[in-house]
Amino acid sequence: MTTRIVELRQGILKKNDELARGLRSRFETAGVLVLNLVSSPGTGKTAFLERTLREVLAHGGRAAALVGDLETDNDARRLAASGAPVRQINTHGICHLEAEMVSKHLEAWEGVELGQLDYLFIENVGNLVCPSSYDLGERIRVALLSVTEGEDKPLKYPTLFNSADAAVITKMDIAAAVEFDREAAHRNIREIRPDIRIFETSAKTGAGMDGWLEYLAREGRRCQV
Amino acid sequence: MHELSIVSSVVDNVIETLEKYPGARVTEVRLKVGALAAVIEDSLQFCYGIATEGTPLEGSRLVVNIVPVTVHCEACGADGPIESLQSFRCPGCGEPAADVRHGRELEIEAIEIEDPEEVKP
Repeated sequence: MTTRIVELRQGILKKNDELARGLRSRFETAGVLVLNLVSSPGTGKTAFLERTLREVLAHGGRAAALVGDLETDNDARRLAASGAPVRQINTHGICHLEAEMVSKHLEAWEGVELGQLDYLFIENVGNLVCPSSYDLGERIRVALLSVTEGEDKPLKYPTLFNSADAAVITKMDIAAAVEFDREAAHRNIREIRPDIRIFETSAKTGAGMDGWLEYLAREGRRCQV
Repeated sequence: MHELSIVSSVVDNVIETLEKYPGARVTEVRLKVGALAAVIEDSLQFCYGIATEGTPLEGSRLVVNIVPVTVHCEACGADGPIESLQSFRCPGCGEPAADVRHGRELEIEAIEIEDPEEVKP
């Protein structure tokens, strides 16, 4: 009997990371801007995405969405009312999306060609912890935070906010009613990710959507080769 | 709670490696986990016992080495660990620092195995 050490030095999520790299290069070749939307349950990801899809389409953009939930296709049906192609991913208990799920659903999605899209939105499962470890091949990770959640949420979930490229504050229409401290929220987000872009929006009134849409258009142009 | 998925990936990766060492039994698995990886060691240990049951890893030790978060400072050029996960600032000059160099690791460093007999050259 001999004992020995075998050095591995390999990523635990190697399989996911390799798949995500493959997806990223497919997205780049197709010239589509892919965004991964992450937040707690109840932040308003679906309402925000609904409004985004409607406005992108109204401005002549081509957009589609993949939406992750443990169960039900309620969100997909809500989002499809925007007129954009939408596909539901049910994870059946898994608390985050993985690159393999995205890849499988893209294969099976009839009538949707990446090359025909300007934007693909991926709405992750509502969870502020686990989605941060799983790269989906996105170009931009968006962390959403609603005014009702507490301004210190970025400090409580630094991993997710540090991995985000943009932060969207939702439900700004009720900010005054819940005494939302916008300066504290901005400060806390920047304390975790100093170079992040922050947008304040209301999916209900449409306030702040212009800045967000301009950002999408600008980033979208950078993807088109 | 994605520790079970993570531990399951560890077990799969180790079993794949063991193909090169037929009959070997695993006695220890060493992980490198960044402080920013959002993974809790206690949960890893708890899931490890369940995930390794009935595999060549059953009964092995799981050693988790935590890697502190370090940043590179654009302002002063220094590299160093941040003081807390609630403040991404340069430990030297105090300026905000967005460039994270370490702390996101999620790696299998090494495994310790027992071969049934000497490998003949």
